[in-house]
Amino acid sequence: MKALVGNNGRRARRSDWLGSAKNLKDQDIDARQPQTRLDASMKSASCEREIIARILTGETDLFHELIRPCERMVYLTVLSMMKDEAEAEDVTQEAMLKAFRALRSFHAEAKFSTWLVAIALNEGRRRLRIAGRAPLESLDEQASEQEGDFTPAVLTDWREIPLEALERKEIRQALVEAVGQLPAIYRQVFTLRDIEELDVKETAEALEISANVVKVRLHRARMLLQKRLAPLLKAAVPVRKRFFWSTT
Amino acid sequence: MKLRCEHVWSYISEYIDDAVDTELREEIEKHLEHCEICSAVLDSTRNILVLTADERTFELPVGFSERLHARLAKELVAAKIDGESPENPSP
Repeated sequence: MKALVGNNGRRARRSDWLGSAKNLKDQDIDARQPQTRLDASMKSASCEREIIARILTGETDLFHELIRPCERMVYLTVLSMMKDEAEAEDVTQEAMLKAFRALRSFHAEAKFSTWLVAIALNEGRRRLRIAGRAPLESLDEQASEQEGDFTPAVLTDWREIPLEALERKEIRQALVEAVGQLPAIYRQVFTLRDIEELDVKETAEALEISANVVKVRLHRARMLLQKRLAPLLKAAVPVRKRFFWSTT
Repeated sequence: MKLRCEHVWSYISEYIDDAVDTELREEIEKHLEHCEICSAVLDSTRNILVLTADERTFELPVGFSERLHARLAKELVAAKIDGESPENPSP
């Protein structure tokens, strides 16, 4: 019988899958900023609240540390909306400044990262409006919500593509391009749920849509990616030893 | 209830997220035990999720973090915290 997912929730599972990558990221951050490094536990909600309180009482330099864990999430989410790297970077910078100015209005019932992503998406939509460009998602909503063809690529077997395959640039490019080609409404949900690992509720809050819409869009995004990528990856990565999913 | 492949596909995402009820989970697993196609769909979908979530796949532009913090350092000195709503921050 196939190895199946456990009952510990998605975040825990994904952390297991990606534990080493996350640890490396934290070490990199620490190495870059040893002089301002805060206690590793700052990411917990209570520490986050404490940092925010200290910023509001004048220790504004701590804002750098507050946003550091969220930079990637904010940028990738904005990129999923703008599709232009330079523009997405500028919107991310502007959103961070707006978040700083508006910090007093942050309420701790939301996660800081979710609040930050919402500000960044608002800033992205504002830029698109000023430029006279319709937000990509509004076009997609009209075109894609009624589509029914979300069948996967049918394969009779699957040989595991190991993470080492990511050392190959063309594999990384294929993944990035496939995500980039998703309709924006699916790309945004996929970015928050499957790349940045927000849960359904957090994704719904950040994108201002219902939890049910998150689930529907995520399913379609995953099926579209499987349909496009599975045949491509299968052809690009030669058969190696069989890999079995861990049940732990 | 005997599940057809199309039914299993429609629940793949929720199954991966462990968001299907016990009865449906058992039905899906019973189907997966003998269906190579659905097993391959499930395995490939999971595999693709792991690959796209890896930090090597979506990289930040070179110097992104440095530029962000340099701009913040420059502007935090002048910026004031005034408690605007995040839904309607000032331009």
